Amino acid sequence: MAEKRGWLQRLKQGLARSSNSLRERITGVLRRRRLDAEALEELEEALIMADLGVETAAELIAELSRERFGREVEDREIRASLAAAIARILEPVAKPLPVRPEARPQVILVAGVNGVGKTTTIGKLAHRMRTEGRRVMLAACDTFRAAAVEQLRIWGERCGVPVVSGRPGADAAGLAYEALERARREGCEVLLIDTAGRLHNKQALMDELAKIVRVLKKLDPAAPHDVLLVLDATTGQNAHNQVETFRAMVEVTGLVVTKLDGTARGGVVVALARRFGLPVHAIGVGETAEDLQPFAPEAFARALLGLEEETA
Amino acid sequence: MFENLTSRLGTVFDRLKRRGALRESDVDAALREIRVALLEADVALPVVKDFVRGVREKAVGREVLKSVTPGQMVVKIVHDHLVELLGGSHSGLRYGPPPSVILMVGLQGSGKTTTSAKLARRLDRREKKRVLLASLDVQRPAAQEQLATLARQAEVACLPIVAGEDPVAIARRALETARREGFDVVILDTAGRLHIDEALMGELEAVRDLAQPAETLLVADALTGQDAVNVARQFNERIGISGIVLTRMDGDARGGAALSMRTVTGRPIKFVGTGEKLDALDPFHPERMASRILDMGDVVSLVEKVAETVDRDEAERMARRMAKGRFDLNDLRKQLQQMRRMGGMSGILAQLPGIAKMKQQIAKANIDEKMILRQCAIIDSMTPQERRRPEIIHASRKRRIARGSGTQVQDVNKLLKQHRQMQDMLKRAKKAGGIQNLLGRGLPPGMPPH
Ligand SMILES: Nc1nc2c(ncn2[C@@H]2O[C@H](COP(=O)(O)OP(=O)(O)OP(=O)(O)O)[C@@H](O)[C@H]2O)c(=O)[nH]1
Ligand SMILES: Nc1nc2c(ncn2[C@@H]2O[C@H](COP(=O)(O)OP(=O)(O)OP(=O)(O)O)[C@@H](O)[C@H]2O)c(=O)[nH]1
Ligand SMILES: [Mg+2]
Ligand SMILES: [Mg+2]
Repeated sequence: MAEKRGWLQRLKQGLARSSNSLRERITGVLRRRRLDAEALEELEEALIMADLGVETAAELIAELSRERFGREVEDREIRASLAAAIARILEPVAKPLPVRPEARPQVILVAGVNGVGKTTTIGKLAHRMRTEGRRVMLAACDTFRAAAVEQLRIWGERCGVPVVSGRPGADAAGLAYEALERARREGCEVLLIDTAGRLHNKQALMDELAKIVRVLKKLDPAAPHDVLLVLDATTGQNAHNQVETFRAMVEVTGLVVTKLDGTARGGVVVALARRFGLPVHAIGVGETAEDLQPFAPEAFARALLGLEEETA
Repeated sequence: MFENLTSRLGTVFDRLKRRGALRESDVDAALREIRVALLEADVALPVVKDFVRGVREKAVGREVLKSVTPGQMVVKIVHDHLVELLGGSHSGLRYGPPPSVILMVGLQGSGKTTTSAKLARRLDRREKKRVLLASLDVQRPAAQEQLATLARQAEVACLPIVAGEDPVAIARRALETARREGFDVVILDTAGRLHIDEALMGELEAVRDLAQPAETLLVADALTGQDAVNVARQFNERIGISGIVLTRMDGDARGGAALSMRTVTGRPIKFVGTGEKLDALDPFHPERMASRILDMGDVVSLVEKVAETVDRDEAERMARRMAKGRFDLNDLRKQLQQMRRMGGMSGILAQLPGIAKMKQQIAKANIDEKMILRQCAIIDSMTPQERRRPEIIHASRKRRIARGSGTQVQDVNKLLKQHRQMQDMLKRAKKAGGIQNLLGRGLPPGMPPH
């Protein structure tokens, strides 16, 4: 496993890679000239290529144009001001996952489409909570996918936290209920519930998720206290549909964006922040237990525009 | 939230209340909409640019506006171009001398392990191959157990797990086992990796060099956004892929990544994953993919049908007559005929999400096949003079017409009343200057309700 590094360091490293080519594009565009229509268009294209979406990119560029059209601008300056605009959008959604000492346990349900990184994120969260000294339990409610339970059990072993599991094919809601009972009995502070990946357009699977929530409420009307929707940064505009549908089915309370250590920039998060205003609790920047970072709007936006490594 | 291309283009061409040759600027407007539609479908920008250039070449010079519905014609050009770029029909798997190796590669969580098992099952059941599955994933917790479990479910052989072995060693053992035990195909599932991860890409090269795969399939998620080009390009440059498998096609993503990846690698999309179960693997169909990217159902066959159904010159001639306030029973008959042909299409129309406007028009027209036939028969039983000047049709003529057409006098009355109503409507519309509007879309104006 990787050596300990400061979170900002890790974030920068993770994001630096993803922003290189974008930065090159923007630098190439603007080093020389005035902010004219062509320059604006190329800036807009750079944003689109970062998955911000056509609409959001256009609005950001329109704003920039209102402020600076025709002026002599230096590329760093213009990138900084775009980054600032993006950071302003992201600022209100950058909220850490709440700690709820009053809840015994704080029940955190983790959901999302297939393969986005739910199980891994739970492993990372468990790891972090353990280092903070909290008593954590995991519930392996993905009873469907091959070796999903095994996978979570290994994460449990790594972090030294117990994992509640059932037979393959067991009823996920029933298992969640059992897990909450046990977590209470054993005085756990946090119960993290892993669920099977499900595409939001599959009604039966979404109903199953809603059922987990209903069943938990029988034991604790306030549960689940947090419902995390995990989004993969490589996902494009479909993230809109994901958030919309999951939110309607299970009252999503926050997002985690994974795989930001690749070249995908996760720009759709900017559009999502404006449209839904859901908190972004953390980002995933790798496959190890330490690779979970707080969502830092400034760093995210600046790194998105390739400004981070220059100051670093 | 996203508008589909058909309605986008409909809006563009609605704004041009002009008929005749398309001007350069009209084409530009349409191309801008195409650009946005493709970007919203997650086609990567550089690919979109190439694509739009290609469409422009095809659209300019073609008589787009001579068609009944220029918007739909442009959609058809876009669609056909898309199908062309997405690649011909299904290209099957290639095999080398046994054991033939299929190497599965891709980003984390893209669906490699699941697809490996699906493929093994397919080759076992459909092509009667003896398949050996082997997991080279020593990264992800329980990855090898996952493949072993899936292999059991698929009833396909899986290389026994040996703890602590590295990927190259596992690959070697898989090949030896396959040779010794007479397997036809070995499918090597690998750990998910980032295309920019030097160490892991290097490892994959070593596996490739050892295994000499006949197929190297890049497994990618249909939900992928703009990054698809980077991923596909770099996997292809570094490892050399022979084909693409697009997973999670059972989702509602438009799947523009298909076009991005196909374009930057030049490699065919060989299969699509349509679910988590092991039988959810289908051959790739470019037409379906194109329709999906454009979010428009089977609009192409519809456009073809509209084109052959509606005689545009006839529609125009009638429009001119109507603009002058002339509308006799000959005109009504022609209209009825066209409506009958359109009516035959309402079934198809109902299935199309994209052309709500047209659908509404047709619904409003209240097309009743039998009723139209009856009305045509009534008109057919009239003399040319009666058709031109319906006002001369009095009681005895009505009785003769009813007899001739096998209907009742009240049916004849109804038709005449309808004709009068349409004439009134036309006059009102003419005053309001709206006839061209009414006819601008090339569809017959709606019949008043009965
Ligand atoms: N590079 C990178 N890989 C990640 C990250 N998070 C998760 N992964 C990898 O993504 C793959 C899928 O992760 P899982 O945690 O199994 O995803 P999941 O959402 O639980 O998947 P299902 O339960 O099958 O729906 C694994 O190979 C993880 O190691 C991340 O932040 N960066
Ligand atoms: N809905 C749907 N889910 C799929 C499809 N293909 C794979 N999955 C699911 O996607 C998730 C990830 O699939 P895996 O096969 O584990 O992906 P992988 O590429 O092997 O993941 P890593 O080994 O961690 O890189 C699982 O939950 C699968 O069930 C598909 O076509 N449709
Ligand atoms: Mg999982
Ligand atoms: Mg795998």
